This record gives sequence, structure tokens and C-alpha cells, in this order.
Amino acid sequence: MDEAIRTILAEHGHLPVDVEKLRDEDDLYQAGMTSHASVNVMLALEDEFDIEFPEPMLRKSTFESVAAIRIAISELAGA
Amino acid sequence: MSSGTAIRVGSDVLSVQHVADSVARFGDRYLQRVFTEHEICSATGSPPERAARLAARFAAKEATIKVLRPVGHQPDWRSIEVQRHAEGWCTMSLSGHAADLAEQAGITDLAVSLTHEADVAAAVVVALCDRTVSEVEHNGIPVGFTERKEKA
Repeated sequence: MDEAIRTILAEHGHLPVDVEKLRDEDDLYQAGMTSHASVNVMLALEDEFDIEFPEPMLRKSTFESVAAIRIAISELAGA
Repeated sequence: MSSGTAIRVGSDVLSVQHVADSVARFGDRYLQRVFTEHEICSATGSPPERAARLAARFAAKEATIKVLRPVGHQPDWRSIEVQRHAEGWCTMSLSGHAADLAEQAGITDLAVSLTHEADVAAAVVVALCDRTVSEVEHNGIPVGFTERKEKA
């Protein structure tokens, strides 16, 4: 799952740093991900994992790190 | 300021190409998760012109979030609407959680200015707040300070 998340972040996150060098807990917003980029990341994650992020999960914290994204996907995939 | 009114200002800038890429990649799913029907209908013109207008509207939404200063739950993008009037000027309209945040902050009026040029779109939002409500926010952060990262 982590590899797919990092691939999506590299393609849609518009991060000015190498995604592979980010640790799982590193803050993606501090690393340079914008709110608009996070929308694209969300939509790409929905496509990749066949899920839909419900409105209550549309928190900044849901997409703030690789680890946070992994937890969110696990919650949705197990729902 | 000695009056009973406080002011908050938010701004945002966005690459028009990023919005064009999002429309090309995700199509209606992107548009409908972010923009209201009114905003989609208001963003007329050629594909580049449409992307520029959508980018300016997204920048206005983000600028509005900066004045609302949410902690935790972010408002739905569609609950922050740019309303274009027939004369050409725009105003902001809030609903749902965004409207609740504005009420909590004592925001009594919002003004917005949109612009786009070549590959850049930007917006500035000014909020007037009732100082008696907004002097200290519910989370204890005094007016004039925000935890939200803002790019210069």
C-alpha cells in the first residue's frame, strides 16, 4: 500500500522534495503539498483503492503524512 | 483599532495549469467535489479561460478558509461558494460548516477579489468580524494569529 501511496504523492502531490526521501510520519503540508494538490491526491487514492473519502474524513490531518493516509485507507477499505 | 469591528485577511495563489491538469485527469468528479453548480456554470470560455476562472475560484475558497481558521474538520469546498453577479463582480456565500465557523468567529461580512493572468490565479478575501465575538476564538488563539501555514 505504501508504494502506491508514494507513487500517487509523486504524481499528484506537486511536492518540491523527493517523495521517496520522506519518512512515513513527515508532514506533507510542511513539505510543500498545497490544499489543491491534496484534492488531486484524494481523488487519485479513490481511484487506486476503489474507495470514497466521506465528508467527515476531509480533514487536513487525513492527508498530512504517508502514515495518516495509510490509516485512512485501511479504515475505509475495512468499512 | 478601537471600534467594535476586527478584520481578517486571507489570500491564496494557484497555478492555472494545475487546475487544467485536474480537470483533464479527473473530469466531472474533480469539478463536483470542489465546485458548486453555479461556479461551474460561471467558469465559461475556452478551456484555458475556464481553467483560469476555476483556479481563481479555488484560490478564493482557500483564502476564505484562511479567514475562517478551522481547527480539525475542514469545511466542504462546496460550502464556500464564489457567486458571480451579472455586473461581473463576485461575492462569497457560505453554508454548512463554513457558515458555522463564520458565525463562531463573529464574521459579519466577506469581500473577495479575484484575478488571473497567464498561468497564475489569485484571490484575496477580507472578513469583517464583530469584535465582541471574535476577540478570543473558541480554541484560545487571539485574533491576528493563525496556525494555518500561509505562503508569502
